[in-house]
Amino acid sequence: MSDTTISQGWFTGLANPTRFLALSGRILPYLAVASVLVLAVGLYMSFAAPADYQQGITVQIMYIHVPAAWLAMMCYSVMAIASVGTLVWRHPLADVAAKSALPIGAAFTFLSLLTGSLWGRPMWGTWWVWDARLTSVFVLFLMYLGLIALHKAMDDPSRAARPAAVLTLVGFINIPIIKFSVDWWNTLHQPASVMRLDGPTIDPSMLYPLLVMGLAYTLVFFTLHLMAMRNEIWRRRVRAMRRQAAQSIGR
Amino acid sequence: MSHESFVFLSYAATAVTLVGVLVSILLDGRARKRELAELEAQGIRRRSQTATGSSQ
Amino acid sequence: MRALLKRDLAIATRSGGAAMLGVLFFLAVVAVIPFGIGPDLNLLARIGPAILWIGALLASLLGLDRLFQADREDGSLDMLAMQDWFSLVLTVFVKSLAHWLATGLPLVLAAPLLGLLMNMSAISTGAVMLTLLVGTPAISFIGAVGAAVAVALPRGGLLVSILILPLAIPILIFGVSASYAAVTDPDPFWPPFMILSAIALFFAALGPVASAAALKGAAD
Repeated sequence: MSDTTISQGWFTGLANPTRFLALSGRILPYLAVASVLVLAVGLYMSFAAPADYQQGITVQIMYIHVPAAWLAMMCYSVMAIASVGTLVWRHPLADVAAKSALPIGAAFTFLSLLTGSLWGRPMWGTWWVWDARLTSVFVLFLMYLGLIALHKAMDDPSRAARPAAVLTLVGFINIPIIKFSVDWWNTLHQPASVMRLDGPTIDPSMLYPLLVMGLAYTLVFFTLHLMAMRNEIWRRRVRAMRRQAAQSIGR
Repeated sequence: MSHESFVFLSYAATAVTLVGVLVSILLDGRARKRELAELEAQGIRRRSQTATGSSQ
Repeated sequence: MRALLKRDLAIATRSGGAAMLGVLFFLAVVAVIPFGIGPDLNLLARIGPAILWIGALLASLLGLDRLFQADREDGSLDMLAMQDWFSLVLTVFVKSLAHWLATGLPLVLAAPLLGLLMNMSAISTGAVMLTLLVGTPAISFIGAVGAAVAVALPRGGLLVSILILPLAIPILIFGVSASYAAVTDPDPFWPPFMILSAIALFFAALGPVASAAALKGAAD
């Protein structure tokens, strides 16, 4: 590929599935290695971090619970942006991005609920409580499952693209609700200590491992997402080729 | 259950889930590549493919 | 627009339209509860508002797939989807309104009878009626999005319920919260009721727009 094709602008370049496959194929190994490295660093930092004076060792769960929750919301935001891409600009790969992110986002949401539950039991005496934060994350999980169900119900992926995009955007209102739920309501879940206007209230010795784990999870997400997008592109090609083959038989 | 076992369970569940997602994506990719290879072996080409055929 | 409203209402209330089915389902759900939970009257009165709300929610959700069904069957859905944006949004708004009048409003009117079954006080039943009056339109409007998305699918009805349920949960939460506040002394009634009304207005605007987008998307 000559330099002139790259200078077309990466955005339009990414609209072409073949070019996307080529580009993503080149980035993927580096991304995967980076994910593993940052994850290793993050895990080391979080185990080296001091134990909380109140919670003891259980605070370790924070380093996998909070990043999972961050990613659950970030994944949905990525899907929402992709949905805008589908509806407004009809970007050819936007619905591929949205569809392939679904199982990954659902997994992160599941993990945030599960690790939160495992944190809550020893700390606050209960596996679950229907406060605003937990309820809205649970609703997010339901939305992921609903969108997965929608895609499964429609066998033509390009026809499912726009309804799924509309539904994703309608559900996006849940994301700010999740974020601000601990401020707006009196919840068992603790209030925000990282993303606050006044700056984080968490001690740096715990903040840095947390941020590194957050970065690690983000890299893991993008690695998995790129891989899933490639799978989805291949899946659609197989479908198109099969249809073409079936049509040519009739001639 | 001791507090340590809760921590252990959380990390284990996270590892299992993330590895599970990774494995399912890898297997899915392999299956798709296999299908593409089969179709190409049958001589079916995508309309936009060149004669040398690269569906990378 | 009034013609469309009348037409949809007529279709819904005819025998094939099965608008009464919603009320009957509501009745069935609420009637079954005492059998399952036992005849403890105090308990029934305490959970009454919640049960009524859940029954109304389920009845509304199950009736949503009929929103566009009749139009799809006689082919007029495609013509509706071809309208310009503003007309389509208005059309969906009117259809949702008709759907609510035929399906949701009867639920509100059935509430007193069902309140009796659950041994609820007059204030409790009144609060439930008021919150249902505001909440059921919200369900119809946001349900139109799910109905539009699932209109062409074989098991569409079930999928609509699954898709809309996460969005309907806030309606349920605030509806029940306001209902209980009316009978529990220190709890304020107006804040949750205001939020419920706000959600209803928001969905009345968002629902038709998103539903129109989904219909246009499916038609392409």
